[in-house]
Amino acid sequence: MTLTLNEEARMVRESAMDFFNQKSPVTALRKLRDSNDQDGFDRSLWRQMAELGWTGFLVPEEDGGSNFGMTGLAQVMEAAGRTLAATPLLSTALIGASLIALAGSQDQKDTYLPPLLAGEHITALALEEGTRHAPGNIALQAVPDGTGYRLTGRKTFVLDGHVADTLIVAARTDRGTALFLVPGHAATRQRLTMVDSRNAATVTLDNVALGPEAVLVRPEALPLVLDRARAALAAEMLGSAQEAFDRTVQYLKDRKQFGVAIGSFQALKHRAATMFCEVETTRSAVLAAASALDHSTNDAAALVALAKGKANETLYLCGNEGVQMHGGIGMTDEHEIGFFMKRSRVAQASFGDTAFCRDRYAALMGF
Amino acid sequence: MSDFRAETRAWLEANCPPAMRTRMPDDEQVAGGKRATYKRPEQKQWLDAMAAKGWTAPTWPTRYGGGGLSNEEALILEEEMQDLGCRTPLRGMGLSMLGPVLLEYGTEEQRQAHIPPIVKGEIRWCQGYSEPEAGSDLASLRTRAVLQGEHFLVNGHKIWTSNAHHSDWIFCLVRTDPTAKKHEGISFLLIDMADPGVRPRPIRLISGASVFCETFIENVRVPATNLVGPLNKGWTIAKRLLEHERKGIGGIGARAAAKFEIPVEAAAKRYAGETNGRIADPGLRDKVAAFNMDSHAFQLTRRRAAEEAEAGAPPGPLSAMFKLQGTELNKRRYEMLLEAEGFQGLGWEGEGFTEDELRFTREWLRSKANTIEGGTSEVQLNIIAKRVLGLPD
Repeated sequence: MTLTLNEEARMVRESAMDFFNQKSPVTALRKLRDSNDQDGFDRSLWRQMAELGWTGFLVPEEDGGSNFGMTGLAQVMEAAGRTLAATPLLSTALIGASLIALAGSQDQKDTYLPPLLAGEHITALALEEGTRHAPGNIALQAVPDGTGYRLTGRKTFVLDGHVADTLIVAARTDRGTALFLVPGHAATRQRLTMVDSRNAATVTLDNVALGPEAVLVRPEALPLVLDRARAALAAEMLGSAQEAFDRTVQYLKDRKQFGVAIGSFQALKHRAATMFCEVETTRSAVLAAASALDHSTNDAAALVALAKGKANETLYLCGNEGVQMHGGIGMTDEHEIGFFMKRSRVAQASFGDTAFCRDRYAALMGF
Repeated sequence: MSDFRAETRAWLEANCPPAMRTRMPDDEQVAGGKRATYKRPEQKQWLDAMAAKGWTAPTWPTRYGGGGLSNEEALILEEEMQDLGCRTPLRGMGLSMLGPVLLEYGTEEQRQAHIPPIVKGEIRWCQGYSEPEAGSDLASLRTRAVLQGEHFLVNGHKIWTSNAHHSDWIFCLVRTDPTAKKHEGISFLLIDMADPGVRPRPIRLISGASVFCETFIENVRVPATNLVGPLNKGWTIAKRLLEHERKGIGGIGARAAAKFEIPVEAAAKRYAGETNGRIADPGLRDKVAAFNMDSHAFQLTRRRAAEEAEAGAPPGPLSAMFKLQGTELNKRRYEMLLEAEGFQGLGWEGEGFTEDELRFTREWLRSKANTIEGGTSEVQLNIIAKRVLGLPD
């Protein structure tokens, strides 16, 4: 495990920061929201990200990727988090690419990976069924039918569900949890309008018939992919927390009341310093989790729970404090700081809220 | 690096006496000095073995008796010592504070005279900083040093001089120009406590212990060559030394996880109950997990800072937060232990409580000083706000 970036990862980081700053600042998210954009993300921008190779970071070279790894992808996610960029990075470059590469047969990889890597094919993991992340509670049934299955049930909060070309659906079979590749149009999809203006949908399957080629052959890869998703989301949240924090510190220097900068008041200084500490410790945990996943160390799962748990708390803190310290202007839609707080809550709930992460960390550490 | 790790481990296994791989009771800490006493011969044997390699001060230059290790090597040494349960062979303010300052600001004569005896544990140092009227506002200190030819004449009253009654020398902040602005009239002076004009008096604390003293300095003549750095420029040195002090105190949180400490989760299982290998009470489990996660992230951050320093990055903003977070976590650790123990954690003495239980109660009380000594948590937050975040005064 290493907690410093090598030269290549630093280059990826810098180019990703430039990319999102120039092409997808927070105003881009506002525009997607205010124009009721049908896709909820920018397809041409997504193809540019694919051209930069980001869709292939977790795909082995023999399957057309670069196998650059989680540490590299975490740099991209962090950069995306700084501008709250709405992209299919998590649903497709991370979860979809990982699941197909790790759990797919050669035929499945040949079919799905090339368009996915090119930025032409969006995937979405249909996992949750309740109001919170619970990967162990899957009721959606896959009933054997000839050589295939029929799927019936409902999935909640499917990230990028309404735009997915392929849904990867977790379902219960008599042999445990299985993963099915389901064409997006085979499901009934109800787009949800979330507080963070990012994509999510309720997905309903009504007796959807699937052949054997739709079954991912190594579903046991799911826990590892969920850990990758948590680590990547933690990296994105770190970026958002850092940005909310930086903007707030700048505001403390700029805003004058009683004839002085409000950042000279100790009541605000101490809270800003506390946020700084939380952002820095979260950064260490995020780097550790990504590095541990890249090296498949024994403590990787615990470090992921640590990273997501810390990121949850830190973005919550920086989002809330950001609004409070901006005062009245922070309550307006015109100002961007509120976007960070709204994103915070959805990101916290995704792939494990704080209570989930603490319980998982405790279980993995033997208590 | 893996070679260094293997060699270090082999050396430790061969040279660390078994008795020095046990939990170290407070009264067996080795701080050295002319009046040092050893409860067991292995303490001195272990000290001498480590001092001979310079590993009591692993990163100091070999020409002054240090180990000459890189930060990364020193971290490996620390990790291997923790893993084998090796006791820290020598502790004290000479190692943690004065030595680094002399390396940076001392004359060659001062380094030659003072650093090797620190590495070998021959001279014990204490710190003369705070005064009754100069706590968080340290720069308002009033102990006077008047230059009279080849000597300073020193008069004053220091407080919170840890272990002054066991020490041989004291490094002091003294006022050498009472007319200058308060930060600009301070000098850094080394004083031999053998002078009868230096009188330490122990202070009894809430934990019952008396590690802190107040020290009276009356008409003490100090050679002018004992001035460290330029006259009236002591505040710069004082601040630098505080950074070293804070690093040391901030390390407490990490060291508390050492091999013989009882982890909070183990105490929670033992005292509050266990179901299927987990802490039975989900509320307590959640709190323990939250604490352990914060500690874990803190340790990773210490490690990241070491890696960044090794990669040649200048000492970054991370060091500013170590004192703050390390001490706050250490306090939280004892609060968690007490909460886990219930009534058993609240005994003061006598029957009905184990040695460990009574020790934790005292360590809990002692830990309250962590966020006061070496600059309060509030002062640390001010420093981060000013120096790291650039917020205005």
